[in-house]
Parts: sequence; structure tokens; C-alpha cells
Amino acid sequence: MRQTRAIEVGTGLFVVLGLAALFFMVTEITAERVGVQRHGYLLSARFDQIGGLKVGAPVSIAGVNIGRVTDISFDDSDYRAVVQMRIDEQYSRIPDDSDAGIFTQGLLGNQYIGIAAGLSDTFFVDQDRIELTHSALVLEKLIGKFMLSMAGRGNGSGEAEEGAE
Amino acid sequence: MNGMIGDIVGSARDSLATFGRMMMFLGRLLAATPAAVLRPRLVVHQIYNAGALSLLIIMTCGLFVGMVLALLGYDLLSRVASEDILGAGAALALTKQLGPVLTALLFAGRAGSALASELGLMRATDQLAAMEMMAVDPLRRVALPRFLGGVLAMPLLTAIFIAIAIFGVQLVGVQQVKIDPGSFWSQMRSAVELADIYEGLIKGTVFGIACSLIAVYEGYNAAPTAEGIGRATTRTVVVSSVATLILNFILTAFML
Repeated sequence: MRQTRAIEVGTGLFVVLGLAALFFMVTEITAERVGVQRHGYLLSARFDQIGGLKVGAPVSIAGVNIGRVTDISFDDSDYRAVVQMRIDEQYSRIPDDSDAGIFTQGLLGNQYIGIAAGLSDTFFVDQDRIELTHSALVLEKLIGKFMLSMAGRGNGSGEAEEGAE
Repeated sequence: MNGMIGDIVGSARDSLATFGRMMMFLGRLLAATPAAVLRPRLVVHQIYNAGALSLLIIMTCGLFVGMVLALLGYDLLSRVASEDILGAGAALALTKQLGPVLTALLFAGRAGSALASELGLMRATDQLAAMEMMAVDPLRRVALPRFLGGVLAMPLLTAIFIAIAIFGVQLVGVQQVKIDPGSFWSQMRSAVELADIYEGLIKGTVFGIACSLIAVYEGYNAAPTAEGIGRATTRTVVVSSVATLILNFILTAFML
């Protein structure tokens, strides 16, 4: 009887460990948010172009991670992307005239939101909106512009090209 | 020359016949599965044998696989100055490929061989025949709980292996070679999706079915001699390992 009991305890322990490992995998190594929300406050921002920004992308100020993107949606009234982000509680003194831009980590890394602090004396609070935004740089557009300017320079008719644009 | 071709054809036919018998055995096991619900304690005992007793080897191996993956990945990635994606790369490799495959190989070596030799010895000492004499179906009483125990234990073992291996990656990557923990975890989180974890678990389950079936089949049908038990054990480990690697290729091709 005691042996049976030891086996049952061992099996229970094994199953609990296995489920704990599963829980760890789902919550810690994916961007899924399960259960309790982290503390913090929500900000939103509207962008003309978000490039490859994804939910879960970091939000940083001066290169320090202060939160992450929680939701991305499209507003068909002004054809812009609406990005929701949750900022950690401890970073509650961000001036409310700060601007947000979408940048790329490294040459081919993931995209993230970088906030540049403004000069205002009042700070963002929950549900505020960041008014000043810079769109993501789209590599193809950059290359296109570059090619166009190169072609223009080659023909000696750069002025005409610029005028056309 | 003619004889050689005949040999090859003959051995191919033998393997096909073995495969067919194994599938029929699986059919009989599945048909008997409802009976196991009536005796859950037998299955629990086998989950303990296949799972809980394999924990230590799975955890140790997971830790070291994770650590060596971190060292290798760091060495390679630091040459192109992108150490930050170490977490993402290691986590993807572990959840999708290394976790299930290595767990299945260890499972075949630890639990599969134990199953096969146990059943083989029961066969050799006529315990299975004695059960039949007492009108107890040894397939239901002995083979089925062992099969189900292995099948239920494998996905959990896979999850534990992956979790511990990621802890190992973190141990070397963040604690030793000092990759920034923030970017380590955030890169990992943005790269790994829930579908990748499902893929790992599906593979773990399929490998569990394959390895348990092979072990139970080989043991149950072992030649009733000392040599037969040894051969059944060896065949279990060899066939399980090969089957795992082949199945892994097929599953990867389907799910990629």
C-alpha cells in the first residue's frame, strides 16, 4: 500500500512538473499574455505606416525598454494604423509632447517603437494619445528614392525629376 | 548475384511484414483502450515507470543541450554581431526540433528498453502464458497500460526537456556570456509563436506513440530465450531511434 502511494505521489509530481513546463513555455517564450496583466498604463499612437511592427514589440525611450505594444488595429476613418502600448508603471514621467517613431533594431532586426522625450511639464497618463509620430521607413521606398535620384544625376536632369515629384 | 537480389527482396518483405504486424498490434491495442479506463491505477503505475523515472535523465540532458546550444550559437552569432537573436534561434530549434527528437531518443533508451526487457522476460518465464491460462488477456492487463503510460508521459517529458533546455540557454547566454537579458527574452518572445509549441507537442506525442508501440511490440513478441530478450531490447532502441528521426522529417515537412 505504501509503495502504491509513493508511485501515485511520484506520478502526480511528474504531471505537475510537466504542466508547469508547458505553462512556462506558453507564457515566457511566446508573446501570448495569459492571466494577470502586468501593471502599467496604456498609450496609443497613430501612424501612417507601421512597416513590420508586431504585437509584443518593445517600446523604448533613450534605448531603454519601458513597455511593449499590446494591440495594432487599422482605423478606416483616417486610414492610419492605431498602435496600443502598455508602459510600465515606473516610467510615469514622460512629457506629453513626446514623439514616437518606428525604428529597426540592427540592420535586419525586429521593429520597435522609440519615444523621444519632449519638453512639456505635464506627463502622459493612462489612455493618452501620442500626437507626434514618425512612420516606419520602408526599405523599398528608400531604395526607390535613391535609384530615382541616381538616375536623375546620371542624366543631368535632376531638377526635372524633382519637379515631377 | 541472383542470390543477393533474392536476399534483399526477402529482407525487404520481412521488414514490411514486421511493420504490418506492428500496425495490427497497434489496432488491437487501440481497440482495447477503453478497457484501460476501468483500471486507471495500472496506467498511473506505468506513467510513473515511463515518465517519473525518466525525469532525471531528461532534465540533465536538457540542461546540457541548452548550454551547449548557447555556446555554439553565441560563437557563431557574435561573428556577425547579432548575439541578441541567440534566444530566438535556440528557442525555435528546441521547441520545434531538438526538444521532441532528443526526448524521444532518450525515452527509447531509458523507458523503451526497460519496457521491452520487462515484457520479454515475462514472455520467457511464461508469465504471459499463465495469464492466458487464467483467462486474463495479457494484452489488456500488461501491454496496454505500458503503451498508454508511455504515450501519456512523452508530451510531458518533451515540455520539461524544452523548458529546462531554455533555462540552460539562458544560464550560458545571459549569465555567462552576458547577452542583454531584455533583448534575449524579447527576441525570443517575438520569434516563438504558439503554433511552434503545438508543433513540438504534436511531435512529442507522435514519437511517444511510435516508441511505446515499438517497445511493447518487441517485448511482447520476443523470442522466449535469454538471447531473445537481449535482441528485443536492442531492436527496440535501434528501431525507435530510426523511426523517430524518419517521422521527424515527415512531420517537419508537413508542418513547416
